[in-house]
Amino acid sequence: MPLLDTKIQAQVRKALEAMAGPVKLVMFTQGADALECEFCAETRALIEEIAALAPAGKLNVEVHDFVAEGDAVGAYQVDKIPAFAVVGAKDYGIRFYGIPSGYEFSSLMDDLVAVSKGESGLSDATKAAVAKINQPVHIQVYVTPT
Amino acid sequence: MLAHRLAMESDWIRADMVEATEFPHLANKYQVYGVPRTVINETIHVEGAVPEPMFVKELMKVMDGQS
Repeated sequence: MPLLDTKIQAQVRKALEAMAGPVKLVMFTQGADALECEFCAETRALIEEIAALAPAGKLNVEVHDFVAEGDAVGAYQVDKIPAFAVVGAKDYGIRFYGIPSGYEFSSLMDDLVAVSKGESGLSDATKAAVAKINQPVHIQVYVTPT
Repeated sequence: MLAHRLAMESDWIRADMVEATEFPHLANKYQVYGVPRTVINETIHVEGAVPEPMFVKELMKVMDGQS
């Protein structure tokens, strides 16, 4: 049974029509028989449903096992699961931890389009300020479901 | 999400959206209640959803004394 109802599916399909280049969702989860990750299976199912609603070939899903694939975990700097990275022409360092629901779901749709275009959409003033950053910055945004 | 857009703009920045209810120990650690709480380099905290210029002002604090 799909997670997204037909109305939401239509909204997602429409939102993703704006995608330009291809985007990859790189997911980290545990095997199907694992008991420790409560939302892993649901998150995986959700992103696979979303990928199926994107224009052909524009959104692909790559799945890695958090426990077994240490190299991938290190390469993507993932420290907890479920997790997925939104990767366009390059890995911009965009991560989602946990299943994106409510407001965060529409954030994901916007992110997918922005990443497909490789354009942040930030103001010139913001871009100028950010260009001065010369050290690692890790931003974590904790959200609660609406 | 603004933090993700900032990550797009700089190779130095990486940004996570974290679903607080799925990671209660972290929600507790960062005292997350009901509204988005942003943590930058463990030390800079921003409460709620703030406009872009205000977020950038907080972000640029990383440049003061290597936060």
